Amino acid sequence: MTTPSDNLTRRRLLMALPLAGAGVAGVAFWKMLDGMEHGSFNPHDINTPVLNRTVPDFTLAPLPPADGFTAQDLQQITKPVLVNFFASWCIPCLAEMPTLMMLKDKLDMWGIAYKDKPENAASFLRHSGNPFTRLGDDHAGRAGIEWGISGVPETFLVGPGGVIRWHTATPLTENTINKVLLPLVHRVQTP
Amino acid sequence: MLSPELGHYALALACVLAAVQGIIPLIGASRRDARLMALAPGLAIGQMIALGTSFLSLIYAAVTDDFSVQNIAENSAVSKPLLYKITGVWGNHEGSILLWALILGLCGAAVAAFGRNLPSALRARVIAVLGLVATGFELFCLTTSDPFARIWPAPMDGQGMNPLLQDPGLAFHPPILYTGYVGFAVPFAFAIAALIEGRVDAAWGRWVRPWAVAAWCFLTCGIAMGSWWSYYVLGWGGYWFWDPVENASLIPWLTGTALIHSAIVVEKREALKIWTVLLAIATFSFSLSGTFLVRSGILNSVHAFANDPARGVFILGLLGVVIGGSLALFAYRAPALTAGGLFAPISREGALVLNNILLCSLCAVVLTGTMYPPFMSLLFDRTISVGKPFFDATTIPLALPLFIFMGFGPMLPWKRAQLWPVLQKLWIAAIVAALACAVAVFELSGVLAILCAAAAIWVIAASITDMAGRMRLFRVPFATSIQRARMLPRAIVGTAIAHAGVGITVLGLAAMSQAQHKIVEVPIGTTEQLAGYTWTLKAVEQEPGPNYTAMVATLEVRHNGHLVTVMHPSKRSFNSQNQTTTNVAIHTNMLADLYGVLGDKHGPDTNPTYVLRLHYNPLAPWMWLGALIMAFGGALSLSDRRMRVGAPQRAKPSSATASVS
Repeated sequence: MTTPSDNLTRRRLLMALPLAGAGVAGVAFWKMLDGMEHGSFNPHDINTPVLNRTVPDFTLAPLPPADGFTAQDLQQITKPVLVNFFASWCIPCLAEMPTLMMLKDKLDMWGIAYKDKPENAASFLRHSGNPFTRLGDDHAGRAGIEWGISGVPETFLVGPGGVIRWHTATPLTENTINKVLLPLVHRVQTP
Repeated sequence: MLSPELGHYALALACVLAAVQGIIPLIGASRRDARLMALAPGLAIGQMIALGTSFLSLIYAAVTDDFSVQNIAENSAVSKPLLYKITGVWGNHEGSILLWALILGLCGAAVAAFGRNLPSALRARVIAVLGLVATGFELFCLTTSDPFARIWPAPMDGQGMNPLLQDPGLAFHPPILYTGYVGFAVPFAFAIAALIEGRVDAAWGRWVRPWAVAAWCFLTCGIAMGSWWSYYVLGWGGYWFWDPVENASLIPWLTGTALIHSAIVVEKREALKIWTVLLAIATFSFSLSGTFLVRSGILNSVHAFANDPARGVFILGLLGVVIGGSLALFAYRAPALTAGGLFAPISREGALVLNNILLCSLCAVVLTGTMYPPFMSLLFDRTISVGKPFFDATTIPLALPLFIFMGFGPMLPWKRAQLWPVLQKLWIAAIVAALACAVAVFELSGVLAILCAAAAIWVIAASITDMAGRMRLFRVPFATSIQRARMLPRAIVGTAIAHAGVGITVLGLAAMSQAQHKIVEVPIGTTEQLAGYTWTLKAVEQEPGPNYTAMVATLEVRHNGHLVTVMHPSKRSFNSQNQTTTNVAIHTNMLADLYGVLGDKHGPDTNPTYVLRLHYNPLAPWMWLGALIMAFGGALSLSDRRMRVGAPQRAKPSSATASVS
């Protein structure tokens, strides 16, 4: 049996919970704003931990029809490779595909199907075209965590030796490709 | 004359009036001074008039192209069509905050005008709380985002508006959405007033409900319009992206829906009182946090807003005062409110409790999915994504039981019910749902889509059964049934209509999961097959527009050889902004949308190829139609005589009413 005063204390604690929750959220938001002001936290310009480092360790199941790949494969490349995370459920990825198809002849592209059923990803590529020479299946999203992606589509340019040279978290456009990506590919190719 | 200076002055005046409105009636109510309390309505109406003057001044400056006003120079241009000069006023940060304040002012004035039957102390306190909230936002407007700031020298022409925003849908979307958000300020003010008074009773539930329902109707329409806008303007063929901006409107909608249901229990059974007060506070808090956190730039979104951390700090402080203050008051006063009576799990109130639990779980899931990425990034310096797979996997299993119980709920009697008689009444609906499920197994792929479609049919069939039962359809002559339908309380008819609206929306969502699409890069004259339709690209032409040049495609769609439609998807390049927009062509027959998008032009000019994206979206219009039906149901129940604001009289204080000891 609880006494009425015990009961009241319990109620008081219970009723204070929303306040405590809001307080924690408030402090966290304040930290974020503070970080934004000092440049240490920027939710828009996703801070990629892997930029200018060697590709992280990851393993992927191959996604037929193409061969799969691993971190070792990326470390042994001699020409730059564009690594693109995509998913069949992602509409911006769909919108990005024609651009990637156009880029196919100029740059080697390896795709990673992120959090996607292999059959869905394969049918997506059948319908929208397959610009990738190698394909990995990241159904569980583990490789995505290793690479630190914040969503799909996300694209990385990996230079010779497996060093990540460039990264974008938005769908590629012709403008970005011609003004940023291709000049960079040229620079990376001729050291 | 309506000069920007007058507008600025009127805004400052409104702020002062709001502060007085926030303080004097509260003092009056605590001292039981009738004269001080009687000041409240006048102050609220005065504040609204001042805000209206201020807003009109800004519109006047926009229409007359007064580019010495910074806001107008940055967002308008001489060549902009008149409609967008007016609607562009709220298409930017400063103007939209002013609109926000204006709607809050209108809410205060509405309580002043329609709340004559409220007890004077309650009315004074409600108006005072609205005044205090308004003071904060008007201060924010004046100090950090002044819409009337001038620049010198004034430019000859403005910089023009983002072409993506030059759209009639988006022009009227913010006022409706904001009315939804801000409308929940009234239930919030009622909740705070009740906490100050230390009294929540059946009459309180009845007073709060119309305000909550009205705000909910606007929010429902606002969300539907936003979704429709992203469907036809973004041109990706999608309608909901689980984007933080979208989630920010969905979260208060979920708690608001819980609120309009739990308020019924307060009114009918004097139970769930503390919970309803908390929901009223939570709904407005989420509305505030949603609109303002999005603007502070914390949440990463495809919808770009100008962000300014300094502004964010002010907003956060303001949110801290409003939300923190109200929750502190809740923590202090709510434990002393007497809890409601016990009730049986199988009863109308039991079903409403279940509705609240499921809706709030859904809200918690969406909140977690939205806030997880920034929190992870803050705590562990690790970016992580939460996308459609997470939301699909978590929300649908919670929504399905909600739909199933939606069928039973309105038919259960209050207090103590038997499940069996209700099941007996619903056997036709159950058979219809089972048949729908069987059809869906053949027509749809994906277990969740099949279950959602069956649940949607179940909800619609149960709503119809409920209405038919109340009309005694087929048991008495048809004319008598119609007569009975007319005599039914509007609230009951409204409930059935709103629930059927939910079913229609869910049916649209389930069908949309089967949408088909195709991307092709083709020369002119090519024919493609999609979803049984033959799509032929006939021509692509250049056409000049008022401030853009357009590349317009002619796309002929045939079905079994018969011409269905000729669509003109286009791509516009805006001269002044160096920006292009895609203009989707949509042909609908209400059962499916044919959706065509023109992409880039490739290859030499002599033999160019064009990227075409073709979508076949089954039942797409139903998603938004259902939302409109929901809002219509809400509006219909508002017209119920019993829901009329302030109609009920409060019971004499007795042991049955809650009071602070």
